Amino acid sequence: MDTNYNFGFLDERTKKMIRRAILKAVAIPGYQVPFGAREMPFAYGWGTGGVQVTASIIGRHDVLKVIDQGADDTTNAVNIRRFFARTTGVATTEKTAAASIIQTRHRIPEAALTEAQTLVYQVPMPEPLFRLEPRRAETITMHALAEYGLMNVKLYEDIAQLGAISKTYDYPVLVNERYLTSPSPIPKFDNPKMHMNPALQLFGAGREKRIYAIPPYTAVRSLDFEDHPFEVQRWKHACALCGADDSFLDEMIVDDAGSRLFVCSDSDFCSERREAGYVGTQQAVHMPDVIAPTPTPTPTAAKGMA
Amino acid sequence: MTGDLLLSVRGAGKQFMQGNRLRWACRDVSFDLYPGEVLAVVGESGSGKSTLLRLLAARLGLDAGSVHYDVRGEAGADGGPGRSAAGLVDLAQLSEARLRWLSRTDWGFVEQHARDGLRMNVSGGANIGERMMALGARHYGKLRSEALSWMERVELETDRIDDLPGSYSGGMQQRLQIARNLVTHPRLVFMDEPTTGLDVSVQARLLDLVRELVNQLQLAAVIVTHDLAVARLLAHRMLVMKDGCVVEQGLTDRVLDDPQHPYTQLLVSSVLTP
Repeated sequence: MDTNYNFGFLDERTKKMIRRAILKAVAIPGYQVPFGAREMPFAYGWGTGGVQVTASIIGRHDVLKVIDQGADDTTNAVNIRRFFARTTGVATTEKTAAASIIQTRHRIPEAALTEAQTLVYQVPMPEPLFRLEPRRAETITMHALAEYGLMNVKLYEDIAQLGAISKTYDYPVLVNERYLTSPSPIPKFDNPKMHMNPALQLFGAGREKRIYAIPPYTAVRSLDFEDHPFEVQRWKHACALCGADDSFLDEMIVDDAGSRLFVCSDSDFCSERREAGYVGTQQAVHMPDVIAPTPTPTPTAAKGMA
Repeated sequence: MTGDLLLSVRGAGKQFMQGNRLRWACRDVSFDLYPGEVLAVVGESGSGKSTLLRLLAARLGLDAGSVHYDVRGEAGADGGPGRSAAGLVDLAQLSEARLRWLSRTDWGFVEQHARDGLRMNVSGGANIGERMMALGARHYGKLRSEALSWMERVELETDRIDDLPGSYSGGMQQRLQIARNLVTHPRLVFMDEPTTGLDVSVQARLLDLVRELVNQLQLAAVIVTHDLAVARLLAHRMLVMKDGCVVEQGLTDRVLDDPQHPYTQLLVSSVLTP
C-alpha cells in the first residue's frame, strides 16, 4: 500500500459526502442523486464514477474484483484493480464468488451474486431520457411525475422502423415500478439478472455527477410492448472453450475468411467451468458474411491476386 | 352549445418586464366558453393574442384575474385534489402534475409552427401515439391502428406513417399536429394561428378539416388569428384585441357585419377582397 495517499485515494470528507449520496440513492431506488464528483487520476469515460463509489465503500477487509466487458484482464480492469491495490492495499481476486465488492463495466457476472456482495457499475450517462429530451429541467420533472411515455415513443419508433426494439445494451428499466433508470451499458442479456438480485447494486457516473442504486431484492422491469415483449439475445453456438450455451458470448473474428470464435465474455465463469472439466469444441465456427455475402471470386481474379 | 360552462375567464392579465418597467401584455380579459363553442381571438400582431392563449392553456402564470375550467371527474395521478373533481376549478389551484395531465388529455394545443408542436425526430405514427403512450398504452398493434385511423381522419396518406415529419409538407405537418392533439379526444383545443404560413388552397383544406372535426367531436376551441376570414368561417363568437385589451366581443357575424368599436371598424374595412 502506498501510504502517501489516504486510504482509497479520496479524503475522508469526500468519502462521507459520497456515502451520504449512496444512502439517499438506496432509500429511493432508481433515483439519480447528484453528488460532487471529484477529479480522479483517470480520464472521464474510464470509470471515474464507479471508482469514487468503490473508494467510498471499500474497507480493509474487503476483497475486490474488477471486470471490464466481463473480463478481468482488460486494460480498464487491470488499471482500476492496480489503483485500489496501491491506494488501499486490500486483497484483489478474479473469482466472482470470493469478491465482496465487484466493480464492473458493461457486464454483470454470470455467477449468481449473494447478499454479502456489492456490485458497482461505471455509468457514462445516467439519464435514460437524454436522447429524447435534451432539457435537464424537463427530465427532472418527468421523473418527478413518473411521465415515461416518451421512452415508449422511442421503442415504438424502433419497431416501426426496424421491426424490433433495436436497443441491445443500456436497455431502459423501471426500478421498483417507479423510476425509469439506465442500467449502464450492460447488454440487455443481463437485464433480467438485476431483477430481485440479492446483491446491492450501486451506479456511479463521474462526469455527469450522479449516483443511483438498486437495493437488494428490488423489482427491475425492462420496458416493452404487450405485443413486442422484452427478449434477451440468444446464440446458435456454445462457448468454444467451455461449452456453455447459456452465457453471454463474445464473437471474435479470427481470420478474413469468415471464421468466428464464440467465447464467454465472463472470463472467470469460463475458466471455472473449464477447471470443472467442461470442454467446448475448441473450434472457430465458419460463418460467411451473413449481412452482405461476398461474391465468390472468379478463378481469373484469384489468379491475379496470387 | 348546451350544458354547463367549460371555461370561464375573469379579468385575466399578464405583465412582462420591459426595460425597467412592467408592461401589461394582456389585461382584464373576461369571457365564458361553453362545450362545443368556437371562439376566435383577433387583433394585430403585438396585441396580446398569443399571450392570452398561453394564459388560458396554463403555460404562463396569471398576474391578475383567474381562469376556471370544468375538470372532468377523474382522480388525478397523485390521487388528485378530490373535491375539485367536478365543476369549475381555478387552474391556479391545480398541481403541476394535474395541469400536465389536463394538457395531455383534455386539452390540445396547435402551435403556429408545426415544428414546435411535433417531435421532429420520430415518425408521424409515433407523434400520434405519444399521448396514448403517455397515458399508459402499451400495445404496439393498437397504437398503430389508432395512428392509421387518425391519419385517415386528417386526410394524411397512411403510407407516410413511418416517415419523419420533416419530410412532410407544411400543410401535412399542421394536419399531423392536429391528429396528435385530438387522439385523446380532448374537449378544448387551443390554436395559435393554425393556418398562417400555408398557401391559400392548403389553408382552405385545413380550415375545412378543422370545421368538420369541431362539428364531429363537439370540440370547444379558442383560435388565435389575424385573419378575419378564418374567424368568419370557424368561430361562433369572437374577441377583438388591441394593445392587450379586449375592445369588442360578440357573435362573429354581428362583430364583422356591424362593428361598433373604431378599431374593429378599421380592421374590418382593411380586409382586401379580390
